[in-house]
Amino acid sequence: MTATETATENAETARELTYVGAFNEGIKQLMREDEDIFVAGEDVGIQGGVFGSFSGLADEFGERRAVDTPIAEQAIVGLGIGAAVAGLRPVVDLMFMDFIMVAMDQIANQAAKLKYMFGGKAELPLTITTNGGAGLSAAAQHSQSLEAFLCHVPGLKVVMPSSPHDLKGLLVACVRDNNPTILVKNKAMLGVTGPVPEELYEIPLGVGAKVREGTDVTIVAYSRMVSESMKAAERLADEGINCEIIDPRTVQPLDTDIIVESAKKTNRVVVVHEAVRFGGLGAEIAAQVQEEAFDYLDAPVARVAAPFSPIPFSPGLEGHYVPNAKRIAAGIRETLGRPAPGA
Amino acid sequence: MTVADLQPAGDAYRPPTDVAARDIMDLAFGLIRVLDDEGMAHGPWIPNLSRDTLVEILGTMFTTRAYDARMMKAQRQGKTSFSMRSRGEEAIGATTAKVMGPDDMCFPTYRQASYLIGRGQDPLVMMNQVYGNAADLNRGTQISGMYTAADLGFFSISGNLATQMPQAVGWAMAAKAKGEPTAALGFVGDGSTAEGDMHAALTFASTYRPPVILAIVNNQYAISTDEEVARGSAQTFAQRGIGYGLPSLRVDGNDVLAIHSATSWARDRALDGHGPTVIEFVTYRASAHSSSDDPTRYRPEDEFDEFPLGDPIKRLRLHLQHLGYTNDQANELDTTIRVMIEAKNDEAEAIGTINTGERPPLSKTFELVYETMPAHLVRQQKQAGLQ
Ligand SMILES: Cc1ncc(C[n+]2csc(CCOP(=O)(O)OP(=O)(O)O)c2C)c(N)n1
Ligand SMILES: [Mg+2]
Repeated sequence: MTATETATENAETARELTYVGAFNEGIKQLMREDEDIFVAGEDVGIQGGVFGSFSGLADEFGERRAVDTPIAEQAIVGLGIGAAVAGLRPVVDLMFMDFIMVAMDQIANQAAKLKYMFGGKAELPLTITTNGGAGLSAAAQHSQSLEAFLCHVPGLKVVMPSSPHDLKGLLVACVRDNNPTILVKNKAMLGVTGPVPEELYEIPLGVGAKVREGTDVTIVAYSRMVSESMKAAERLADEGINCEIIDPRTVQPLDTDIIVESAKKTNRVVVVHEAVRFGGLGAEIAAQVQEEAFDYLDAPVARVAAPFSPIPFSPGLEGHYVPNAKRIAAGIRETLGRPAPGA
Repeated sequence: MTVADLQPAGDAYRPPTDVAARDIMDLAFGLIRVLDDEGMAHGPWIPNLSRDTLVEILGTMFTTRAYDARMMKAQRQGKTSFSMRSRGEEAIGATTAKVMGPDDMCFPTYRQASYLIGRGQDPLVMMNQVYGNAADLNRGTQISGMYTAADLGFFSISGNLATQMPQAVGWAMAAKAKGEPTAALGFVGDGSTAEGDMHAALTFASTYRPPVILAIVNNQYAISTDEEVARGSAQTFAQRGIGYGLPSLRVDGNDVLAIHSATSWARDRALDGHGPTVIEFVTYRASAHSSSDDPTRYRPEDEFDEFPLGDPIKRLRLHLQHLGYTNDQANELDTTIRVMIEAKNDEAEAIGTINTGERPPLSKTFELVYETMPAHLVRQQKQAGLQ
């Protein structure tokens, strides 16, 4: 099932919702359906989350199921693990993705490995939600994309939705999954709107989507970089370059098949992410593509990503730092050996 | 908002600085106050301060309040992305800045602008940082309001909470190892005391007994949550120190005289080799958490008016009146400072804001990562056309 299929399937009930609104609707519907689900985190109760993700939950479900916690990320994830093992279905929130680093021992050494270390006897239906990404002039400690850290740890599932529609469907899959999942919203997309079906629907984890059909080059992008890639593709269409865009949606487990299949068709691949290029997911995807489709490639797999520096505060500098449609288009022209227009 | 038992001004005793934690446990549950509601000073904690010093502290508080308000306005005008104020709690930074020595180090949170101003920082330097303009000493790299000033004994502010507390302990351990007569002062918010880093800092302070003051600023809120979420079953935050065997004081954080006296006591203790002190300063966060926050969603609008410890500026003004410094003199000082802040802001805006003026050089964001740039970073810098 692809995103396009899901969307068409539910097209009748779809309305325009914001990204954060889609999350909010999804979590409410899930909590109505299953009493074992609760949310916990900093400011998620009375305030409904600093980004409004949990708005209205405390009113509807009470403070027992929308828990304002003290500021201690390791304990927030720890309580999620404990409650999950005890049979509940916790959704714990870490306000900014940067703060997962405070909780990394609980995430990487505990949540990820419990099933394994319990000889398979423990189930961990734990969802960690957080907000990543740059573009808001929030600087080095509040803008990072740290998914590579998470994807490197066997046992975790990592999800990075690129639209309101996918956010809701993937949230549902995360919460219903019996493994620890980490759902990373993009902060710069919170107000972005798109069609979202009213009922609960699930987008399976580990299944990517072809979000644009093309023939000349495959762009692999996730989270906010999908819309930037779309913009780049539209520009390039005017230059006669026809881009295909694959959104893996889940970055762990990664849908390698859909990427490789596309690579075999277009013979060129450009991976785009906001995270720094060195050691980023682009490296993993490039390696997998050359392992599976080396004979099909007409050019090295390229990467458009952030430079190896912390994220600057000044919007002028940040604009240069974070990949955008312009830089993606430039990367694609280079891969195709095409000159820039007017050059 | 809870301010457990209000001890009357002058009521708390002042122990010798070599006292053992267990002998002063009650000071962690009471409230050291010097100024009463009429601005009169009482009791053994009255510090030996000249009127001029008090007027300087008042000036720092005026400057901070005017500065904060101006920067919030700039944020609303879109000239910076983010702003945080310390309205209602200016006394803590303004006063402790006067207590700490020139070679001491402060490990602040984002709510201690008054400490930096109290150390003599030019508000223009701070505005340039807020605007991330070409004159910004941070070169547009650090988020608005997260200042750094090594020369003024002001450690770089972290956006991630409580990390500064074990660092303050480590800095103090180094001072002790080097035999230097200096102390570290770490600040942490009430909410942030929940972080593991804070508890680890207390443990290390307890084990190594370095010259450090661990100051908890209880301003009643952590964004939307009441201070009791982090305080839990404890009666006070100062009480935390007792479990670690550290002398712990609970102090009226809106009382300049009490703050000065308690901090001096802790610093003397540190320099005399008696080890760390925990201080809880009780105050009130009178403004929103930040420019992104709307407090009407979680607290009554007029709560500050009801806060039993009042407004630190009003309280110091009242006290100064008893010392012959008139209300008119204070108003004049306030006006002069407001005019100065406007002029400085014009100057800063003329250099640039986040979206006007000359940008700080992009090459710096590459150069600041390592002492010597590794080859792959040099390559990226070249690719970005910066070299
Ligand atoms: C590690 C970490 N967790 C969470 C946050 C988000 N956050 C920023 S300020 C804040 C509240 C802090 O409250 P408190 O310690 O009482 O300080 P105050 O803002 O009241 O001065 C929170 C939760 C953060 N910046 N870093
Ligand atoms: Mg607070």
